[in-house]
Amino acid sequence: MILDLERFVREERPYWDELEERLGRLSKNIEYRMDLLESQRFYYLYRRTASDLARIQTFAAEPALRSYLEGLSVRAYAEIHETRELPHRVQPLVWLLHTFPACFRRQIVAFAVTVITTLAGCALGGGAVYFDSTAKYDLLPFGHGEMSPSQRVQEEEQERGEHLEGQKTRFASMLMTHNIKVSVFTMALGIGWGFGTLVLLFYNGVILGGIAVDYIRAGESVFLAGWLLPHGSVEIPAILIAGQAGLVLGAAVIGWGSSAGLRERLRAVGADVMTLILGVMVLLVWAGIVEAFFSQYHEPVVPYALKIAFGSLQLFVLFAYLLKSGIRRAVKEDRGHG
Amino acid sequence: MADGRGNVLSIRTDEGIVFELPLAGPMTRFLALGIDLCVTLAFNTILSAVLKLGMAVSPDVFEGLLMLLTVVFHFGYGMLMEWFFRGQTLGKRLLGIRVVDVQGLRLAFSQVLIRNLFRVVDILPGFYLVGGVAMLLNGRYQRLGDLAANTIVVRERSAFQPDLDQVLPGKYNSFREYPHLEARLRQRISPEQAATMLQALLRREELDLEARSELYAEMANHLREIVPFPEEVSAGLSDEQYLRNALESLMRRRGVQE
Repeated sequence: MILDLERFVREERPYWDELEERLGRLSKNIEYRMDLLESQRFYYLYRRTASDLARIQTFAAEPALRSYLEGLSVRAYAEIHETRELPHRVQPLVWLLHTFPACFRRQIVAFAVTVITTLAGCALGGGAVYFDSTAKYDLLPFGHGEMSPSQRVQEEEQERGEHLEGQKTRFASMLMTHNIKVSVFTMALGIGWGFGTLVLLFYNGVILGGIAVDYIRAGESVFLAGWLLPHGSVEIPAILIAGQAGLVLGAAVIGWGSSAGLRERLRAVGADVMTLILGVMVLLVWAGIVEAFFSQYHEPVVPYALKIAFGSLQLFVLFAYLLKSGIRRAVKEDRGHG
Repeated sequence: MADGRGNVLSIRTDEGIVFELPLAGPMTRFLALGIDLCVTLAFNTILSAVLKLGMAVSPDVFEGLLMLLTVVFHFGYGMLMEWFFRGQTLGKRLLGIRVVDVQGLRLAFSQVLIRNLFRVVDILPGFYLVGGVAMLLNGRYQRLGDLAANTIVVRERSAFQPDLDQVLPGKYNSFREYPHLEARLRQRISPEQAATMLQALLRREELDLEARSELYAEMANHLREIVPFPEEVSAGLSDEQYLRNALESLMRRRGVQE
């Protein structure tokens, strides 16, 4: 029990001031790290302030003092109990070459599920159009049902990409923003136990499979590959990675085989979900540029062989990057931790 | 350990200390969102006016840029504000609310990013219906973005320091002659009771004469029962003056920095 409040405040105030000063130092410089002695002192100050708060809570009608100590203790509590890595200066190159691909590999099972789901959708969409050609009128968007693939090819080749003259940047912006919104939506739907993400991926697969079979049956597979591969080789994996982020989120909500609570599970995957969706955004910006400035040009302006080679090479480089980039650094870090 | 029942999030630390964070309700949050939408709209108007100048040179490039920057600002505004201003956008700051980690820990950037990106779902099918329903079904008023990011929105505790000059304007407080009784008063009156008494005095002019007399009498009698001051200082004091003296004794500044 505190008998003399004024004396209590007089004696304790230097400790509160010191704690406040150390907290200020930590919040001003996000890269500041305390050494062992500093950490011990910080912990001591926190315990002392928390104990003062407990004493003041039990008896004194001092709302301002209580509020002050509560605020101080909350800030110190956050520093003491935070176990996640502290924020550090943004290093875009390290993030691009190491963090993002490492995160992709860490969650590769979720990516495999997105691929399987999309392929299942492709099989259904492709099968539907193959066995019933009228199905494309119900299944396919973007006016694909309104003209035959051959008519579309003829039209595209005659236009020679001129229909986009003077509006390519706008088109690229539209593609980027639309695709990023769809990807974020795909990721966010993962909060519903991953079900919404799977439905969206399956639906995308249905459309993709339907269009592919429609063009292949019409003998326009070369045009299709030349049209889709340059941007699709990045755009489709990007959507799948967004789905991967959604499934990581969904798996955390379901919590199979985990004894941790929902909040702890979501906290554990937060950084990975963020990394994946940021990676998706980077990929979709590139895909938007390629689609607006390259994919819309067909033969005779750009030979299909060149477009197919570009798309195939891009796909190869993308997966080589995702599967291999930063492995050495990860091994070094593991050894360091070991 | 965090417990979010009763419009308050209570965090109990390992040391046994309990912090209470009052949760921000859906209406306050909706108003803050409205203010932020106005900021976004104002930014878009200015941006569009600026970029229109460039459209004379290249309409394609500047229209594309406008489209891109509008979306970037729509998502980026909330993220950057909440990250750099410790959980506050302009709207939240004006309404005195703040995004915090659900366990009272430091807000991580991934949390800020996820809760803002989730707006694409929370906003569905319009006017944040999904988010609003999720908030009402959730004891902590969390929309889906908050659930995914492990965040809550709390009302900021006011750093209001009572203006005691208003309570006891330039008068001598006879209770000060008995510091041990003042100390006992501080022990036996809770901060909530003291705050209620302060409000009763500060809102003096808003109360009817009869209601005010009744309220002050009840409060003064309560104080007299808890810690009786000697006749020589309490005799002749009206209920209101008794209340003012007691409150001044309770809340006199102890030299704590704001």
